[in-house]
Amino acid sequence: MRVSTTVNGRSYEHEIEPRLLLVYYLRDVLGLTGTKVGCDTSSCGACTVLVDGESVKSCTMLAAQADGCAMTTIEALAVDGALDPLQEAFHDNHALQCGFCTSGMVMAAMSIIREHPGLTEADVREGLEGNLCRCTGYHNIVKAVLAGAGRQAHPVGAAR
Amino acid sequence: MTVTGVPADGRIGTPLLRKEDPPLLTGEARFVEDLVVPGALHAAVLRSPHANARIRSLDISGALASPGVVAAFTGADLREEWAQPLPCAWPVTADIKIPEHLPLAVEHVSYGGDAVAVVVGESREAAVDALDAVVVDYEPLPAVVDLQEALTDRVVVHESLGSNRCYTWSLIPDPAAVDSAFAEAAHVVKERYVQQRLIPNAMETRGVCVVPQPFGGDYTIYSATQIPHILKVMLGIVTGIPEQKLRVVAPWVGGGFGSKLNVYAEEALCLALARRLKRPVRWTEERIENAQATIQGRGMIQEIELAADRDGRVRAVRVNLLADMGAYLQLVTPGIPLLGAFLYHGVYDIPAYAFTCTGVFTTKTATDADRGAGRPEATYAIEPAMDALAHQLGLDPAEVRRRNFIATEKFPYSSAAGLVFDSGDYGPALDQALELAAYEATRKEQQDRRNAGANKRIGIGLSCYVEMCGLAPSRVLASLNYSAGGWEAATVRLMATGKVQVVTGSTPHGQGHETCWSQIVADRLGVDPDDVDVVSGDTALSPAGMDTYGSRSLSVGGVAVWQATEKVIAKARAIAAHQMEASEEDLELVGGSFQVKGTPSRSMAIQAVAFEAFTAHNLPDGMEPGLEAQVTYDPPNFTFPFGTHVAVVEVDSETGDVDLVRYVAVDDCGNQVNPMIVEGQVHGGVVQGIAQALYEEAVYDQDGNLRTSTLTDYLVPSAAEVPSFTLGHTVTPSPTNPMGVKGVGEAGTIASTPAVMNAVLDALAPLGVTALDMPASPQRVWEAVERAKKAAEGEER
Repeated sequence: MRVSTTVNGRSYEHEIEPRLLLVYYLRDVLGLTGTKVGCDTSSCGACTVLVDGESVKSCTMLAAQADGCAMTTIEALAVDGALDPLQEAFHDNHALQCGFCTSGMVMAAMSIIREHPGLTEADVREGLEGNLCRCTGYHNIVKAVLAGAGRQAHPVGAAR
Repeated sequence: MTVTGVPADGRIGTPLLRKEDPPLLTGEARFVEDLVVPGALHAAVLRSPHANARIRSLDISGALASPGVVAAFTGADLREEWAQPLPCAWPVTADIKIPEHLPLAVEHVSYGGDAVAVVVGESREAAVDALDAVVVDYEPLPAVVDLQEALTDRVVVHESLGSNRCYTWSLIPDPAAVDSAFAEAAHVVKERYVQQRLIPNAMETRGVCVVPQPFGGDYTIYSATQIPHILKVMLGIVTGIPEQKLRVVAPWVGGGFGSKLNVYAEEALCLALARRLKRPVRWTEERIENAQATIQGRGMIQEIELAADRDGRVRAVRVNLLADMGAYLQLVTPGIPLLGAFLYHGVYDIPAYAFTCTGVFTTKTATDADRGAGRPEATYAIEPAMDALAHQLGLDPAEVRRRNFIATEKFPYSSAAGLVFDSGDYGPALDQALELAAYEATRKEQQDRRNAGANKRIGIGLSCYVEMCGLAPSRVLASLNYSAGGWEAATVRLMATGKVQVVTGSTPHGQGHETCWSQIVADRLGVDPDDVDVVSGDTALSPAGMDTYGSRSLSVGGVAVWQATEKVIAKARAIAAHQMEASEEDLELVGGSFQVKGTPSRSMAIQAVAFEAFTAHNLPDGMEPGLEAQVTYDPPNFTFPFGTHVAVVEVDSETGDVDLVRYVAVDDCGNQVNPMIVEGQVHGGVVQGIAQALYEEAVYDQDGNLRTSTLTDYLVPSAAEVPSFTLGHTVTPSPTNPMGVKGVGEAGTIASTPAVMNAVLDALAPLGVTALDMPASPQRVWEAVERAKKAAEGEER
């Protein structure tokens, strides 16, 4: 079947198998391997991307369902080599170690920040419940998201 | 030495932000599964659904006929591919029983997940789909799940071995001293603790891709591994391919925690398939396979006895372990209990010591190293036992610990178990932790709530820990029957342009090697850390190494980097002295330049020296061109980090819910290279240990089926389950290495499990609860409370 998508501001048309998951569409068809696969049960959140501005675990969605959608993946955040303020906050707060969960964490945090104007530690912890990290113990991720919320100059979403 | 040329945040001891981060934050970093390998075939592995079964027949013809399938093989088909079975590198005793472990089982499967066939397709989907077309006729046999049951040999996992007993290993330096201490004891504590099996669950599952080179018979093996160097040696042995024809690359690796410290069936399979099919072959582990076919951790029943005098001073410790090997011995399976065997006296000065461990086979996934490996087990034996002793004596847990600490003036301390602890100062870490935890005030609040009869009960748990890191002095490993050394290699090379290349045998998977190694070199040479490039994880570029595990990177690999840097400085000094017509003794390295002492205007930058070494136009007579040094460092001793952790929990005695409300960690890992990274290691380690205490367990049913094979059943905690932490530290440098460093990768995990469990039991103590298995789930806690209530009612009647 045929899908039309906009990913990171670029338009695509592809012939795909109906069973293709969105995460494999992004990784294998578009070559956007910054989005990771960490489990088979939609538990880990490593595959989180923005679909029409909402954070979505891209393993829970078929590529076919993304027909007509605008998506943002981790690859779109840094512009001309300059990190997005949230990426910068992750760097400054040592919020990543092995880095495998990081793209999903950052994408999930993007939408948490947008949904909570007066973001608290409890909001961040609850909001990140679907994203697992085995390295950091979450302490610095929570710090980074709170710091990033303060620095976020503009809401990030489907526009980019 | 004063170095002024290095930015302040690049010096040793400063929190330099990680050089590793940008490619990980932007998605550019390539993990194995992200590598684009044109023409690669995809392998999928068919696994046994039975814990124990004979394979009556196996028919792969249906798979071969499936669309997109290139090849399919049974264990018998591939039998001739293996020059040796998969390796166990730690046969701990001379009479250890080692079952033959082939990458694909041939006649018999021994655990649920044992590989029986492999299908190779043009796509992953084609290969996975075709697994359904393989027909296997199994004759199921009874499973052996329980460790005590396994000891009876009613069902023997490997008939050819005749018994489930793998080995018995003892460490009893003075049996008479132990016996007399127990005979004379005023107080005896006897406890039994179960270390449930854990699934390490690195966020990146395993993956491997083997690429045959166009000519010459060479293979490049990309693997999500902690141990590219060891893997290269072992894959050469298993497949019979000469080692020099193999190159192993560990690209970006998504965590390991011990689970990638191994040589796995799929790595050997992909190599053998690439050899047979003459095409690249790759395999990516699914999470459910990770639960079944990647090693698990812990899995022990521990009995510990303490003999104490009237004042609560412990005079002897006696430990008996029953350790679950699982169905096969993976790389270091039998050795894991030995990594804790010397540490069951903890931070206490206990003069008599007895340790015995029996390893036993079951029809379950093999156990092996899981963050801490042996040392969390030792700590979660002595620390709850010390609480039990405090309870028996009616003393505060902190007081009992203080009375038994190894006195600071006794270091270096020769333990009854036979180790020499390098340095320690245990009191200040305990004091600081109690202060940060507001110990007295929290005790008061605890009492107030008890007096008020509140259901939400406060519990405070202490854990004073010591670990042995810096694996390991090679001669000690020899005495423990380990099949390799414990050294690490480093090369430091100044390039013609003055930039620095560091080649390390220590392979990162999240720890921050690139940043820390850059700091070490930058600090010593007086250069900018951004001018230092660190090469690792590729056996072609870094041929010598012993890789990353056991909190060894800094105290072995980092020290090798330090020493290589010192050698480079010595050569550079000779060149500078020659060119400046000064004596070497008169030169000092300040801010990246050699200066004549007292005459700073006469100087030569280290970069200029590097260029002179490169051109070799004017070097001292007989000196080789180039400015580089290679060091292979074999540590003279282990290092012994320590600290105190305090957990404060709120336990709802009506629902059994445990809420971790505060957590304090005071750690002493000697000198710190990058305190930011140290704290990060502690945070992550602490949560992994909390997870063992409260959430995680690999559950098997009586038929040997793993009931927790996905992340929906196996409860890896999320940010919502844990609090933020309060960290402190003390600094007691190790005298055994020039950097004074010790290691910190596992400290959090080692310390936190007993801190949390002691806290839960402390909360429930007034209700009469004295024992609780891990994880302390709401159901377990509630049942323990109900049992205690019934027992109390029984007594009243």
